[in-house]
Amino acid sequence: MGMSFAQKVLAAKAGLESVAIGQIVEIEPDYCLSHDNTAAISKTFKKIGVERVKYPERFVIVLDHTVPASTEKYALGHKEIREFVHEQGIANFYDAGVGICHQVLPEKGFALPGALILGSDSHTTTYGAFGAFSAGVGRSEMAVLYATGKIWLKTPASFKIVVSGKLEEPITSKDLVLKIIGMIGADGALYRSIEFTGRAIEEMSLSSRMVLSNMAIECGAKNGYIAPDKKTFAFLDGRAVCEYTPVYPDPDAKYEKVLEFDTTRLDPQVAKPHTVDNVSPVEEVAGTKIHQALIGTCTNGRLEDLRLAAKILSGNKVAHSVRLLILPASQEVLLRALREGLIEIFVEAGALVLNPGCGPCLGAHQGVLAPGEVCLSTANRNFKGRMGSRDAEIYLASPATVAASAITGVITDPRAEFVGGAK
Amino acid sequence: MIEGRVWKYRDDVNTDVIFPGKYTYQPLEPAEMAEHAMEDLDSSFAKEVKKGDVIVSGYNFGCGSSREQAATCLKAAGIAAVIAKSFSRIFFRNAINNGLPVIELEDGVGDMEKGDTVSIDFEAGTVTHEGNTYHFPALPKEVLAILNDGGLIPHVRKELGKA
Repeated sequence: MGMSFAQKVLAAKAGLESVAIGQIVEIEPDYCLSHDNTAAISKTFKKIGVERVKYPERFVIVLDHTVPASTEKYALGHKEIREFVHEQGIANFYDAGVGICHQVLPEKGFALPGALILGSDSHTTTYGAFGAFSAGVGRSEMAVLYATGKIWLKTPASFKIVVSGKLEEPITSKDLVLKIIGMIGADGALYRSIEFTGRAIEEMSLSSRMVLSNMAIECGAKNGYIAPDKKTFAFLDGRAVCEYTPVYPDPDAKYEKVLEFDTTRLDPQVAKPHTVDNVSPVEEVAGTKIHQALIGTCTNGRLEDLRLAAKILSGNKVAHSVRLLILPASQEVLLRALREGLIEIFVEAGALVLNPGCGPCLGAHQGVLAPGEVCLSTANRNFKGRMGSRDAEIYLASPATVAASAITGVITDPRAEFVGGAK
Repeated sequence: MIEGRVWKYRDDVNTDVIFPGKYTYQPLEPAEMAEHAMEDLDSSFAKEVKKGDVIVSGYNFGCGSSREQAATCLKAAGIAAVIAKSFSRIFFRNAINNGLPVIELEDGVGDMEKGDTVSIDFEAGTVTHEGNTYHFPALPKEVLAILNDGGLIPHVRKELGKA
């Protein structure tokens, strides 16, 4: 019997010929990620009674959730992290401003095909877009990984999601993933390994693929794999921190479910308050008044997202009733957006351009919502209270839909604002 | 064996409503975390929860963020166990790692209401409610060992000979 991607990676890491679904294995991840929560993790680590991080070279720490620090408490946390990193000799440290962890790890060459990566952040699934097995864990587990380098994992069953067709601007992989989550539900792939495949995935850019893997967690998946190909290898050329061996599922691998989607007649999608699986075509909520629009986050803050938004915003003005926040996902993205003139377009349109980081996505700072306000965001979560007030509403959509809606002040189908690429 | 009063919730209770993100990066002690437990879902919870109470919920309990405080705050609030039709995997791990028992059970959950009493027999693997007894599967031995040691940190300290 052939093995799925998840089985092959877990078997290889455990030093076994094969692993069965449900089998628990003890493994050592190749890389582990933590972010601002490293302050808390380092304190838990000290409680274990081990002096030194066992494999400092395997840990990557990125400050992104509350950068730059907006309160004294956040500032203290960051200071403690800098001290911990220095004391433990953790070289892979990216301080405030470098970017959002899920953008920084790929850019710095850690998101490698066949690698096993764990992070104390649920969107660690993002690296599946590069053919890695990557999943989120908790803070205590990360502290134990610092101390021992080891963790137990259970081998998940796998779903194959086959996507045919080709996405045409302004329809994006965000519309596709919202459609998938809306159809299968917030627990539709609970504790399953998803393998995304098919013509539409092959045609997609790596940035578009990252949206799918990033949001695999929103239907409960443990990880979201996409087979690495020449686009992946070209991206990693000059970036990869070490040599890597791509892992592909066996042709006769067994899948618990095979789901098929066609992008041919895909309309722009939106997730309505207060769950990510509460999805409908944009058309159904068109005209809903918004107060804030956000383009950025680990889901949609990449260069192709900013380019798409700039095409729509170019020569237009953000509605007076709307605050449009734009957060490039990293310094690299920001620099390229600057050089291409995208930032100028945003500022001329009246957008508020913020530093690379998570921004208000999780409600910690930089543009939280007041009671009764409505935000349309390119992020991945719209839970009640997530961006500030529990009496605010969050809708999720693609960068195209958010840009078009920022101009009109109401939720708008981007096809109305976007005609043939240039206005 | 425990007997507890039920707090009943729906499907897809996410970690943002269990423990809001605005507190996630603040250094709080477990008792302070308990004050914010369920803040954006049920404002009466933190005020009225008693030690030994049990949460009963639908599918996908604890979905969303990996924030461990979602488990820590419930444990600190006195919750003795969470019974749900299913759990998100990171919350499940976090609960075990905090010594908070999690019970996956579909049968009978629909009949359990807020304020009811349920008894849980961990050795027998049963939940009893109004005379009906429901069976839940035993946890894998590797996982049970962590729970029995009171959580991951005491478990690892024991394994490393630090306890």
